[in-house]
Amino acid sequence: VRLTSQELKRAFQVAIALGVLVLAALGPLIFNTYWISFILTQVFLVGVAAASLIFLSAYGGMVSLAQVALYGIAGFVLGNVVTTGNSKGLNLGWNPWLGVLLGIVIATAVAFLFGALASRSAGIYFLMITLTYAVIANLFFGQVTTFSGFGGISGVRTPGFIGQVDVHPNRLYYVSLVVAVVVYAAIRYLVRTPFGITLQGVRDDPVRMSSLGYNVPLHRMVAFGFAGFIASLAGVLFVWWNGHIDPASIDLSATIDLLVIAVIGGLYRLEGAWLGAFVFVLINNYIRSVPGLGHIGITEERFHTVIGVIFLAIVLLSPGGLMGILGKAGEVIERLVQGRRGVAATPAPSAGTPSSGSGPD
Amino acid sequence: LSAVETAPEVRRQIALARVARYTPWALSAGAVVLAFLWIGFLAPACGANGCVGTQTNFGSAVHDPQDFLATLLDGVTAAGVYFVVASGFTLIFGLMRVVNMAHGVFFLLGGYIALKLQRAFVGQDSAFGLLSSQVHFWQWLVPSLIAAVCIAILGVGTQQIFLRWNQGQDLRQALITIAIAIIAADQMVAHFGAFAEDIAWPGVLDRRLNLHVAGVHYTLTRLFILAVAVGIGLALWLWLKKTRTGMVIRAGVDDRQMVSALGVNIQLTFAIAFAVGSALAGFGGALGGSFASLGPGVDGNWLLYSLVVVIIGGMGSLGGAAVGALLLGLVSNFSSAYLPGNYTFYSIIFTFVLLAVVLAFRPLGLFGRPA
Repeated sequence: VRLTSQELKRAFQVAIALGVLVLAALGPLIFNTYWISFILTQVFLVGVAAASLIFLSAYGGMVSLAQVALYGIAGFVLGNVVTTGNSKGLNLGWNPWLGVLLGIVIATAVAFLFGALASRSAGIYFLMITLTYAVIANLFFGQVTTFSGFGGISGVRTPGFIGQVDVHPNRLYYVSLVVAVVVYAAIRYLVRTPFGITLQGVRDDPVRMSSLGYNVPLHRMVAFGFAGFIASLAGVLFVWWNGHIDPASIDLSATIDLLVIAVIGGLYRLEGAWLGAFVFVLINNYIRSVPGLGHIGITEERFHTVIGVIFLAIVLLSPGGLMGILGKAGEVIERLVQGRRGVAATPAPSAGTPSSGSGPD
Repeated sequence: LSAVETAPEVRRQIALARVARYTPWALSAGAVVLAFLWIGFLAPACGANGCVGTQTNFGSAVHDPQDFLATLLDGVTAAGVYFVVASGFTLIFGLMRVVNMAHGVFFLLGGYIALKLQRAFVGQDSAFGLLSSQVHFWQWLVPSLIAAVCIAILGVGTQQIFLRWNQGQDLRQALITIAIAIIAADQMVAHFGAFAEDIAWPGVLDRRLNLHVAGVHYTLTRLFILAVAVGIGLALWLWLKKTRTGMVIRAGVDDRQMVSALGVNIQLTFAIAFAVGSALAGFGGALGGSFASLGPGVDGNWLLYSLVVVIIGGMGSLGGAAVGALLLGLVSNFSSAYLPGNYTFYSIIFTFVLLAVVLAFRPLGLFGRPA
């Protein structure tokens, strides 16, 4: 049985996905504790936040800078609800699960509000409007001492089965992994539903979709609300992982960092979220060990210069990010393989499109 | 058709749509009236022992006209700086559709250049900066102008190297300017330190002026800012309305391809607009660095102000930038002065409310037009 090139490509992709998944599932056996608790857990949860951004940009045509703000809102609500004994904040000391529920519900509601206000804009206007949301959310939590103030909220407890994160890093690792996988699957499912297809229509031609009778602002708003829900999951994971949230966690720099992650990974491919997060976290952690950088004045403190240069290079050279580069590499390999098989199977010159190369099989 | 229109179901839907359409208008108009009444007549003043309940720091305008007038002037003069910075942003966007996310770092770098030059000119540097009595007027003006020129050159360089070859890809251009902003902001922390510093006002300006109205003694520097902003606004307006370059720019805002097809060197016009827009950011940095301070994170704040101003006023419109700056300045100053004394920190919400209300009615801003 010979596979068509489409099937071969698909099998290859599934194999890679399964490989990554098995590697991740066996993570604690393979990687040391530092990698589990500081690198991979962070990659999963930051990837979830980046996935909400990529979902909006890839399927809705909306590049949002408000995802970090929404994630922060979920985190701050969770912190206010579950903690006691902070000098600022509400210090309610309620059940951790109630905190999670409230955090997600409130952040999602705010996302619907934000989405409703920005829903008649798209593209570059959307970027600017969501950037103002991000900065305003940061200033809000910095100034309003009822909820946070500059010191932020410390000592956020996780639910019992996760326990203390520094004692049982594997538990939060698996929780983050499961959330990441579920989020990935949910987005992949959603974009195949009628809603998802309509959303892609709105992305490609809002005027036509509108004249076909679809409610364009409503679709944008719902998509933004859904992305806010995903971002709030990342916010909950972040606060569990960090135990602390303060306005600096959602400042402009953090907002831009998430955009950088999404762009490095690839704004048009969902997998790019976690790839970008992995590259970002890795650079952040290992920049001090790269030989030679110290001599040109690049130390750990100049991390943002390094990441900015990488970001600039990606935007200038490959707007599709690393996933775009991988995709192009895959195409080249495919063409090579196809060329060889084409010569072996069909000596006659093929007049079809490149993708019909293995049709006669 | 009339039979369809008179069907009760359709009539009800039309009525509902009408209600849905006018409710937000009515609500916002009501909120504005309420705000005016509150500030003008109703706001109670805090007692001698601090603020209770809804008591505000100043009390109503009728009760305390002096502080009302001072707040009004604060708002208008802050709007002056917002306008100078945002007009550069909107000029660049209007003509080229480039959202220059590096506008904030252009502002900050301009401020730092002016700061360092001023210290070099005065020659007496201390850990606490300069006193205004040490600074002559030219030692403020010349560094500020040099900063504007430096940032203009930087802006044109950025545009020629990074933005000229990918015109029309507005998201990519925004991402490129974000990358430049990340690198520049980080390098500025490395070179200028992480502490907030400010540019010293010249001694002649650093005093209070008796306005002879309600006993207000107002700082001359802020009135100077206002005068400079009005001057810049007038100069820009004359430039855009009365000169050939301005005419080409206005035509380019409406239809870039047509202007180019008529034989105008649109690339030169782009470079000029980028130079002027960046120079305004650089000069705004000198102005803002004297008015407030310079330090890490300041670039983001001023980028935010520029964004809010142009989103409210409408991208690419000079008059819109003026109105947007005025609204932002007034709303932020009045909300922090006239909220109940124990809750003034909520004033940031009003900036968001202002933005939300404008976007709800006019997604393209008050004076915005579709591209």
